[in-house]
This record gives sequence, structure tokens and C-alpha cells, in this order.
Amino acid sequence: MNALVNFAKIFKFHGGVHPPENKAQSTQLAIGQLSLPDKLVLPLRQHVGNIPKIKINVGDHVLKGELIAEAEGTVSAAIHAPTSGTVTAIEDAIIPHPSGLPDRCITITPDGKDSWIERKPQDWRNADRKTLVASLRLSGIVGLGGATFPTHIKLRADGKSGVHTLVINAAECEPYITCDDMLMRERSEQIVKGIEIAQYLLGAEKVVIGIEDNKPEAVVAMQTATTNTAMQVIVVPTLYPSGDARRLVHLVLGQEIPFDKRSTEVGLQVFNVATVLALYRYFEFGEPSLNRIVSMTGNVQTPQNFEVLFGTPLLHLVDAAGGIKSGTTHFIMGGPMMGFDLPDDNVPITKAANCIIAASPTLFAPPPPAMPCIRCARCADACPVSLQPQDLYWFAKSDNFEKARDYKLFDCIECGACSYVCPSNIPLVQYYRYAKSEIIAADRAKEAADIARERNDFRLARIEREKLERAAKHAERAQAAKQTTATASNELTGTTPETNKDAGSGDAQKTEKQAAIAAAIERAKAAKAAAAAVGEVPKNVMETSSTVKAEIAEIETRRASVGLAEKSTIDEDKQAKIAAAIARAKAQKAAAEAAKNKD
Amino acid sequence: MNRSPYISDAPSVSNIMFKVLVALVPGIIAYVWVFGGGVLISIALATATALASEAVMLKLRKRPIQPFLMDYSAVVTAWLLALAIPPLAPWWLIVVGTLFAIVVAKQLYGGLGYNPFNPAMIGYAVLLISFPVLMTKWPAALSLAQTKLSFADQLHYIFGGLLPQDVKIDAVTSATPLDYLKTQLTLKHDITSIKAAPIFGALGGKGGEYVTMAYLLGGIYLLQQKIITWHLPIAFLSALALISGIFWIANPAHFANPLFHLFSGASLLAAFFIITDPISGPTTPKGKLYFAAGIGIITYLIRVYGGYPDGVAFAVIFMNICVPLIDAHTQPRVFGHEK
Repeated sequence: MNALVNFAKIFKFHGGVHPPENKAQSTQLAIGQLSLPDKLVLPLRQHVGNIPKIKINVGDHVLKGELIAEAEGTVSAAIHAPTSGTVTAIEDAIIPHPSGLPDRCITITPDGKDSWIERKPQDWRNADRKTLVASLRLSGIVGLGGATFPTHIKLRADGKSGVHTLVINAAECEPYITCDDMLMRERSEQIVKGIEIAQYLLGAEKVVIGIEDNKPEAVVAMQTATTNTAMQVIVVPTLYPSGDARRLVHLVLGQEIPFDKRSTEVGLQVFNVATVLALYRYFEFGEPSLNRIVSMTGNVQTPQNFEVLFGTPLLHLVDAAGGIKSGTTHFIMGGPMMGFDLPDDNVPITKAANCIIAASPTLFAPPPPAMPCIRCARCADACPVSLQPQDLYWFAKSDNFEKARDYKLFDCIECGACSYVCPSNIPLVQYYRYAKSEIIAADRAKEAADIARERNDFRLARIEREKLERAAKHAERAQAAKQTTATASNELTGTTPETNKDAGSGDAQKTEKQAAIAAAIERAKAAKAAAAAVGEVPKNVMETSSTVKAEIAEIETRRASVGLAEKSTIDEDKQAKIAAAIARAKAQKAAAEAAKNKD
Repeated sequence: MNRSPYISDAPSVSNIMFKVLVALVPGIIAYVWVFGGGVLISIALATATALASEAVMLKLRKRPIQPFLMDYSAVVTAWLLALAIPPLAPWWLIVVGTLFAIVVAKQLYGGLGYNPFNPAMIGYAVLLISFPVLMTKWPAALSLAQTKLSFADQLHYIFGGLLPQDVKIDAVTSATPLDYLKTQLTLKHDITSIKAAPIFGALGGKGGEYVTMAYLLGGIYLLQQKIITWHLPIAFLSALALISGIFWIANPAHFANPLFHLFSGASLLAAFFIITDPISGPTTPKGKLYFAAGIGIITYLIRVYGGYPDGVAFAVIFMNICVPLIDAHTQPRVFGHEK
């Protein structure tokens, strides 16, 4: 089996770049362990989705592995105490996020004992898949490749997922980052067991592990560990961004996941190696997600990978790598292609932190001033999605957002390959993020306007209906009055009021019918409006999943930070107005209803 | 803040333009060898005019002068124009052409990156239309001229319009092969007898063909340096060869063979240096093929049926107009999308 793997066909994607790898620096030493820091600061926002609900109070003593915040809503992830100690604060602190904004964090002061809560390993081979996946909600495991999408959602398959192939992402294509490489070198057995669990939970028949050819030790380790399995290790050429899930799937399977579909819709699921290892530790030992491997590299004395508890202050990690070298200006989280400047030197390490790079002007020279685009199309040659970045740039720059969308702006994965090759040093990715956020904001404003219109239609229909009802009541009363007089006269004349009574009840029936018709019209209208709202989902916008929503929030903060704030204030004004209009409509509706109830 | 990527691996705009200038050097050397040093005066005049007018325009437009002067794009325009017009033309001709190219065709449209037309070709077209006689006064190759002008003589002629005593202008100039071919064909001569004239060489014009080969050398350097891609030169030369081949096979007595068309006039200069201007050209790979093939075909049609001996400039300008259309209709398939 393994003799064959290197002959596996590779399906190259368009474009890609090959930046200097700079991985050797941090692979000289084995994965190191850190001493317990003085405090652990755990941001609630460490994953894509809803922030979890805090389950402890300041002053509580917690044990290692104890749930301190539980997943809230579908897309969310739990947070556990990484060590035993006391909860000393629940407050806002700067988190490792491009916005540099503070967010809610739980601070734990370790007691030094590191004593575990009772762990409950699960015999996953003999357990019901549904129960296993349900229990994952308590694991706190998220995608550790950097995407931090809650893993229990990706596994929420109960064996009927239709997923036939599990792709393990071990490409690690970004320069400097080596955490997955080291993990595979040192813990390939555990990784393979984790893959078996994921395969079992998904009911996948086939497993393919994609590793870039610049990690020969990891390849050998994984090949050895998979010897007695049906898993296939495929070595892919080193070409950024081969670690992007859609690119990797194409590389190893030759399959393009359609732009508007999730991988599961075509029977595929992609997991990072560190994530499957976390799955193994959770089911086999009952250990929730408490730490991760972080590459501490760049301008530090001894670059190395460390196993780091979530919440560990950045500088504690930097000290473990021998401290910074002179010239260090700040720290970057992630790689040099897609990472971001950490807003503060003492942010905590979170689930997303695969790599911390100490930056210096020598390592990352500030870019020269941007020149005009000369349309050389080097960016188009480098784009792994086959977009035309020079056109998208032009549209974004001139606020021609419709055109940008037509040219598939939303297919851009923001990998930065275009900027990397741009002779004019244009910050292309920043332009695309700006355009995307503007389009999303406009779509949301439109959505709000549609809701307002719908409400208004509803209100008008209701007023009309009430008018009819009043008229009907009026008629009824008039009829009743008439009837009274008729009865009186009948008494005089001696005729029975039978016929008239019939007529009266007929009227009542009529009113009921009218009300029913009006209600039906109402329902139809509402359904139509809803359908219209759904139908008007703009092209190229993937369903606004919580992932996207989280990204929107992120983009907005980013935009604010790059001085695009004026535009957003205009939008905010607009949004505020719309919100006010909706509020007014609501108030009117409530008043009308109250009046009706009084009636 | 998110300002990734932090790393970059790209030649600067200056670097790219500088390499284009380097690639032109073999052609210039061959030019001087075949026609004398007059072209160096044109190049110097054009360069000085281009830089001065670019600086003034940048100042007027309140743009930073230093970075834009140092991008060498104005120099590339100047050199291309200087190589495209007759080197013995009076000094003001190249100055006027360069001024028009830089001031009108480039800076008034917004400067580097914003010109929809190739500035050098606009400058050339303006001169050709305004001063048709001067624009056809090409020097004869030194090996063919009855009188060989020294560099000093050429300098004197360019600035003063005076030739040494006893020298007639006809003795130092000659019709270009394309021009001669056209005139003779209208006189109902056939190709074989026409090409027996001394101005014809093995491939194109005598002497001139060495210059075009030197351009080819520079073009290969640009390809090797990845400054240009193969699409434009190959599509242009193939289209030119194909259409001239069809006509030639149909009637070899009346139409020159493809090799003659490839090595005459501005064919190779255009293939590697003129139509490869990225700013006024298309960006998609398929678009580049259409664009260059269009220029090849139009160039041929103007050469054979048009009123001008060579058609590169007009063909380029015409295809420049088509660029937005070409780009819009040649978008590559995006990953994960149906065609």
C-alpha cells in the first residue's frame, strides 16, 4: 500500500506561490512543555459562532478540565479550565484579534496542583455515534488548523452524512508554521487513532491524508503509522495555498467543490491533524480541549514548538523560546501570508493560535508605497481561485460593488498570493475585504428594508381587515336593532321571527368567513414576502452562516481600524434609521393590538 | 490590524521597466551599426522630453514626482517612439511626438496605469498623420547609401537640416522595403523582380533585418525574465505569418512571403515591446491571444491594402479600444464554478 502512495496522482490547482518556507528554524527542537503561568486568561470568543455561557463565578475553585463556559446555540464551543485554580476575574481584556478590541475573558489563577476533574473516557468503538457526537458538544474541540469551527458541527452526521471520503489536512502550507509538522513527527500514532474516530463518526469509507513535500519526516511518520490501515498518505507539492481545504481536496482527489456547496454536500469532510488528535484525547482519555501546539518563531532566541495551555499569556511563551532578539517590534499571529498583528504583547494564546512570529523590520520589511496597477496580471497568474484580482481591485477601488460581485469577489479566499506578487505593492486583500464588508452591509440594509416593507404591508392589510370587521359589526348591530324592532312588530303582527333570525346568523357566518379570508390573504402575503426575501439572496453570497456572520463582525472592526470608518458610519446612520422605522412600526402594531384587546 | 501578507516577491515597476530598456539595447546597437548613430540622438531627445514633460505634468497634477519619474515608464515610451520614427528627422519631430505621447496619451488620462492607449503608438500616429513626408524619410542602410553620413553629419542634419555640401537627401535616404514593395506592386511589378532590388535582404530589408533579429534577442530575454508571457508575441507573429501565408500561397507573385512580413517594418519590435505594454492591453490569457492576433491581422491588412506602409501603430490603437470588450468576454473559469 505505502509503496504506491507516492505514485498517487496530484491534481494541480491554478496559480499559487512559493514563498521562502522558513520552517527549519522551529523544527530543530522537539515540542516543548511550558511551566504553569501565573494566570490564564480565557477569552470567551475563541471559535467561530456564538460565545459560550459562563458557568462559574469569580472566586470559584475549578479543577483542570472543568467546564467553565458551555456552548450556547448550535454553533458554539465550550471552554474548560486548563488547570486547577481559582477564578479571579471575569472581565473585558484585549484578545488576540485584528480589531484590538477588548472582549469578555475568564481569568484563572492556577493553584499549581494541576489536579484533574474526574475524566470519563468513552468506548467509542462500541458506542452509538449520535451519543458520541452529542457528547462532543462538551469537548470544546474546534478546528485547530486556524479556522476554529466547532468540531461537533462538522461531525453532526449520525452516520447518515453521506460523507464517503475524509480528507486530513496536513499540508501546512504557510511559511514559518510547523505545529502540525512537529505533531505528525512526534504523535503520528495518536493522530491515526483520531482519524479512525473521525472516520467512524462520519461513516466515511476512504481516508486521504495530504502532506506537502517539504515535511519528509512527517510523511514518513504518517506512512509508518498508517501501515496497517486503508488510509492513504498523499504527498503534495509545496505550493501555497495548498492547505486551503478546497485546494487540498482538489490536489488529492481532483475534485472541485462547487462554490455554492459545502464539502459535506459532495460527500467530503476535511479535518486538520491537530483536530483529530484532540478527538482522540477526548474519547480515549476524557480530556477536553485544553491546549494546543504553537510554533513560537521569528525573531526569538530559540524558535520552537510548544504545547501551550489556552489562556497562557503570550510573553510566557516568548520567554520559553529564550525571549526576543533585538529589533523585535511586535508579534504576528498566524503565518506571514494570512496572519495579523497582535494588538498587544500580552494577549493570551487561544484555540486559533497555530503560530506566533516575533516580527522585526529585517524579517518583514515595511512595504514600499503602493504604485498604480500596471495591469501586468501577475496576480491573476498567482490566484489559486482563477479570479482576476486586477479587475476586482479596480472595482473595489471605484466602489463598483455590483461588478465586483459579478467577478466572483466572494470566491476570494484572501490568501494573499496576489499581493505577494504585485510589483506595485498594492494591498489587494485589504481592498477585497473592504468591498466584501461593504456588500454585506448593503445586503443587510436591504434585508432590513425588506422586513420593514413587509411589516408595512402587513399593517395596511390589518387596518383594512379591521375596517371590514368594524363594518361587519356595525351591520350586525344594525341588524340586531332592526331585529328587535322586527320582533316587536312581529309580536304585533304575530309572525315568527324564524326567517329573520336565519338572516342574522347568516350575517355572522359571513363576517367569520370574511375574517378567515382576510387571514388567509395575510398568510399568503407573508409567505410571498418571505419567499421574495429568500429569493433575493444575492448571487455569490454563500448562505449567511454563523461563520460568515462572525466574519462580518470581524471585517467591520478591521475596516474601522483601517480608517474606513466614515463609510460605515453612514451605513450605521442608515441602519439606525431603519431600526427606528421598524421600532415605530412595532410600537404602532402593539398599540393597535392593545386597542383591539380592549375591544 | 490585518495587513497581511507581510512578505512579497515581486520585481518593482521600476525593475520591470528597466529590464524592458535593457532588452532594447541589442536592437539599438544593431540599429547604430546598420544606420549610424543618428538614432542615439533621437533616443536622447525623446528621453529628455519624456522626463521633463512627465515631471511638469506630475507637478501640475500634484502627484509625487520622484517615484513616478523613477519608474522608467516614460523612458520606455520615449525609446519605443524614438525607435519607431526615422532617425534623421528634424529634432522637433521626436520632441512633438514624445510630448503628445506623455502629456496627452499618458498624463491627461491619469498617468501610469490609466492610459487606455499605448502612448508611444499614439505619439507615432499623431506624427504620421501630421507629418507624413518626414515620417517616411528613412535613412538607407549605411552599406547601401551612396554617401555615408558620419555621426557629426547626422547630428548636424537633425538639428540644422543641413547636409554636407554636394550631398542630396536622396543619397542618404531610401524607401523602406515595405514602402517600396507597396509602390512597386501598384506599378504591376511582381514580387520576384521587386525583391531583386538591393534594399531587400534575405528575410526583410537589407540591414533592417539584423535590427529586427536583435529585437528578437531582447524579446527572448524578456520572456526568460518573465517580464512578458509568450501569449502576446506568439499570437501576434503567428497571426501575421498565417494571414500573410494564406495570401502568399494563393498568389506568390503578388504577395510577399510570411518571413518577409515577420522581419520587415516594426513586426518584431511590436511583438515583444509594443503590444506587450500591459497597461493598454488585455489581462486574461485568452484575451491576450485575441488581442495580439487582431493586431497581427490588422497590421497585415494595412500593409497590403491600407494607405500606410506599416500598420502596427493603427492596429495597436484599434485593438486597445477593444481591450475592455476582450477582457470581459475572456474571463477564465473560476474554481468551483461551471463555465
